Amino acid sequence: MATVMVPTPLRRLTGGQAKVIVEGNDIASLIHAVDQKFPGIAEKVLDGDGNVKRFINVFVNESEIRTLQGLETPVSETDRVSIVPAMAGGQG
Amino acid sequence: MSQLNRDQLVQLAKSQITEISARELKRRLDAGEDLTVVDVRERDEFVQGHLPDAVFIPRGFLELQIEQHQPDRSQPLVVYCAGGVRSALAARNLKEMGYTNVISLIGGFNDWKNVGFAFKIPTVLTQEQRIRYSRHTMLNDVGEAGQIKLLESKILLIGAGGLGSPAAMYLAAAGVGTLGIVDFDTVDVSNLQRQLLHGNKDVGRPKVDSAADRIHDINPDVIVKGYREPITSANALDIIRDYDLVINGSDNFPTRYLVNDACQFLNKPLVDGSIFMFEGQVTVYQPEDAARGIEGGPCYRCLYPDPPPPGEVPSCAEAGVLGVLPGIVGSIQAVEAIKLIIGAGEALVGRLLMIDTLDMSFRTLKIKRNPECPVCGDHPTVTELIDYEQFCGMPSRNDHVESNERALVAA
Repeated sequence: MATVMVPTPLRRLTGGQAKVIVEGNDIASLIHAVDQKFPGIAEKVLDGDGNVKRFINVFVNESEIRTLQGLETPVSETDRVSIVPAMAGGQG
Repeated sequence: MSQLNRDQLVQLAKSQITEISARELKRRLDAGEDLTVVDVRERDEFVQGHLPDAVFIPRGFLELQIEQHQPDRSQPLVVYCAGGVRSALAARNLKEMGYTNVISLIGGFNDWKNVGFAFKIPTVLTQEQRIRYSRHTMLNDVGEAGQIKLLESKILLIGAGGLGSPAAMYLAAAGVGTLGIVDFDTVDVSNLQRQLLHGNKDVGRPKVDSAADRIHDINPDVIVKGYREPITSANALDIIRDYDLVINGSDNFPTRYLVNDACQFLNKPLVDGSIFMFEGQVTVYQPEDAARGIEGGPCYRCLYPDPPPPGEVPSCAEAGVLGVLPGIVGSIQAVEAIKLIIGAGEALVGRLLMIDTLDMSFRTLKIKRNPECPVCGDHPTVTELIDYEQFCGMPSRNDHVESNERALVAA
C-alpha cells in the first residue's frame, strides 16, 4: 500500500482526486491498482510495452524510479509515489 | 580616568597591537597565507583604489560588520587605512572584541602604493544606485559586489507572458543590466488575468514593446532588447549567445526542447518553469562546465527524453491556469537567476520543485543526469539544433509559414 500523487492533467480520470491510496508492493502493481479504481490511468502512464512513457517520470518519495528498480521498485505504506508528466502546454 | 591626547592614544594603541610593513604583508599574501585584509578608510578613499581582495568596512561600521567577514577570533586580521594611524586605533578596537591576531599595516595604503604593489580600482555604485539597491547591498550574500554583478549581467527571457512577466519585473527591479525578451505576440485581453507586464492600454501592442515600457518604468537603468520573432533553430544560438543565462517561459514543447539544446550547446544555465491549471514545476538545467569548475546537472532531455504526442497534454489555453500561479513560479525563476548571477546559496540544479497551489504544497524531487541523454550524455547523438516541430510530431515550421502564428505563445 502507498499513496499515489496524481498530477493535474490526470485528475480528470480520478474525479479530481490529487491523492489516491491503493494496495500494491511495487510501482507496477500500484499503477495497476489505480487503474482498477480509475480506468485509463495505466494507459496514460505506460506505453505499449508496459514501460513508463518517456515524457513522464515516476518518483518514490524524492527518487526517480529509474535510479531505483524501475517498475519493480518496492513500496511500503509510508511511501509517496509521484507521477510527474512534462508540462508545457500544447499550442497556445 | 587618565586623559590622553591624540598622539598618546595612538602610541597606546600601537603598543597593544602588531604592525607590519607593506613588503612583509605582500610576502605573506604571496606565500598564500589566509589573511583577512580589511580596508577601514572612508568610501571616497576606497573607490580610488584598494588592496586586491580587501574587504571594505569603513571604521565607523567595523565592530558592527567584522563578524560577517571573519567570525573566528583566532584568525589573523590585517587592517589598513591611508597612513597607518586609523588602522592602529581600529586594530585596538578589534582586540577588545576578542580578535587575538590583529595586525595594522604600517604606512597604510599610501605605502603599499608607493612601493609599487598592485592595487585595484573598484567598480562602484552611483549615489542613486546605492539608495535604490540599499536593501540588497545590506544583505551579506549580495553586498555591493553582488549588486555590481547584477548590474553587469544579461538575462534572456523566452516569452513575455505569465512566467516572463513576474520574472522580468523582479529582475528589472533587482538591477539586472540587460534583459532580452523573445516574444512575437501581441497583447490580448485574455492575457491580462496573469501577465502583469501588460495593461489594458497595451491591448493590441507587441508584447516586447509593452514589456519594455513597464520595465523602464520600474528601473530606467535596465537595457531591454526585444526580439519580436519566434525563437527557431535558425536564430536561437545567435540570440542566446549574448546572455549569461536564460529563463524559460514558453508554453510549447518544440520551444522547450529547442531552448534546452541551445543552452546545452552554449553552456548557459537555463532556469526552467512550467505551469498547468493550479500546478507548477521549476528547476535549473546547469550544463557541466569543467573549465569553470561547474559540475552541472541534468537537462530537459534527461528528464523528458521524448515529447508527448501532440494533443496528449492539454495547454493552458485549453485547460486554464490560475492567474496567480505564474506569479509564484516566475518569481521563483527570478530568485534562481539572481542566485546564479551573484553565486549565492544552492541553485535548484538536480532538483525539481513541484508546486501545487490547491493543497499549497511545495515538494522537491531529485533528478539526475542521464548518461544516455542524446544531448548532455556520455555519447551525445544530437550535436546541433534540429527541426523541433518535427521532433514533437508537428508539421515542420519550414513547411508551414502559418506555424509562426501558433508557436511561442507565452504561457
